[in-house]
Amino acid sequence: MSIEVTQPFERVVAQHGHTVLRVCRALLGTHDADDAWSETFIAAMRAYPDLPHDANVEAWLVTIAHRKAIDVLRATQRRPVPVDELPEAPDARPKDDLELWAAVRTLPDKQRQAVAYHYVAGLPYAEIARILGGTADAARRAAADGIKNLRRTYPGAITEEAPS
Amino acid sequence: MNDDTHHGRTTDAAVLGSALSTPTDADTLTRLHDRLVRQAEAQEILDVAYTTVDTPVGPLLLATTPKGLVRVAYASEDHDAVLDHLAEKVSPRILRAPHRLDRVARELEEYFAGQRHAFDLDLDLSLSHGFRRLVQSRLPEIGYGQTRSYREVAELVGNPRAVRAVGTACATNPLPVVVPCHRVLRADGGLGGYVGGADAKSTLLHLEAA
Repeated sequence: MSIEVTQPFERVVAQHGHTVLRVCRALLGTHDADDAWSETFIAAMRAYPDLPHDANVEAWLVTIAHRKAIDVLRATQRRPVPVDELPEAPDARPKDDLELWAAVRTLPDKQRQAVAYHYVAGLPYAEIARILGGTADAARRAAADGIKNLRRTYPGAITEEAPS
Repeated sequence: MNDDTHHGRTTDAAVLGSALSTPTDADTLTRLHDRLVRQAEAQEILDVAYTTVDTPVGPLLLATTPKGLVRVAYASEDHDAVLDHLAEKVSPRILRAPHRLDRVARELEEYFAGQRHAFDLDLDLSLSHGFRRLVQSRLPEIGYGQTRSYREVAELVGNPRAVRAVGTACATNPLPVVVPCHRVLRADGGLGGYVGGADAKSTLLHLEAA
């Protein structure tokens, strides 16, 4: 990994804000994703001057988002899910984005996290293993199982054709 | 970063990635950015706030610390490079936060309209040191519409033989326009150099002569 100068934090937000938002949505759904995003970036900005110059910034941000999402989940699991967040009949409009998020959220924790970090954030499994604990192979299996489950619950959500 | 072939991902990645994105993301990210700025201010970790403003001498980058205005930069200085330098020399905790520069932008607007002859702003001179900083701190004594030679400025700071060093101090002024290095000319009346280029220097001098 190459040595580079520490970038202005504004550029970190511009480069990675979108990916972190999608990761938070995959982990939590839209309702809580904004709060997790905010907590991730304020924590990141606080620690940013101490980040090593050669760090993988995206993996670092996803690691923070992972912890913040767990905090949010622990808090929300004690209160009922808002009604407007519930998925409709699974096969009604299978390509609907909100339903896909809902489907991702029904996956077991490890599968959901592995899918989000690999398929949404684009992290390699070795990096994901560092976040989740365990081995790269275990992370790879969790992501594969997650995709298999998504194919079964939302057959229209993952096809060879990208949704418009 | 998103190199599918290296991580053995398939079409699923692209499909999932785009499916988990929505058209409202740009608006959402703007809103989240604003919220981040507010939180960073409240927690006192916004070390440098910046914006850009359009002026008769082109777009100027304005950057401030909690102490005061720390940098004014011409487009020719490369605003990205200027932000990199601020990240290195001041702090990387930098966000675009135009409201923090409202007063600076308003005073500049008044100046370029010919309605303001002196700036009333807190300045953070931490980007310059030693003799350069001494020279830059004395430049505001050259009033609106007046000019001095490099030699006269050298005398002003009590070092009449440091003419060349005065030139360097002017060329490295981190706060051009606001700290009026454009009012320093060659003894023979020649324009001399300028961080924003000769055209910008003469534009400012013409504005002040009007």
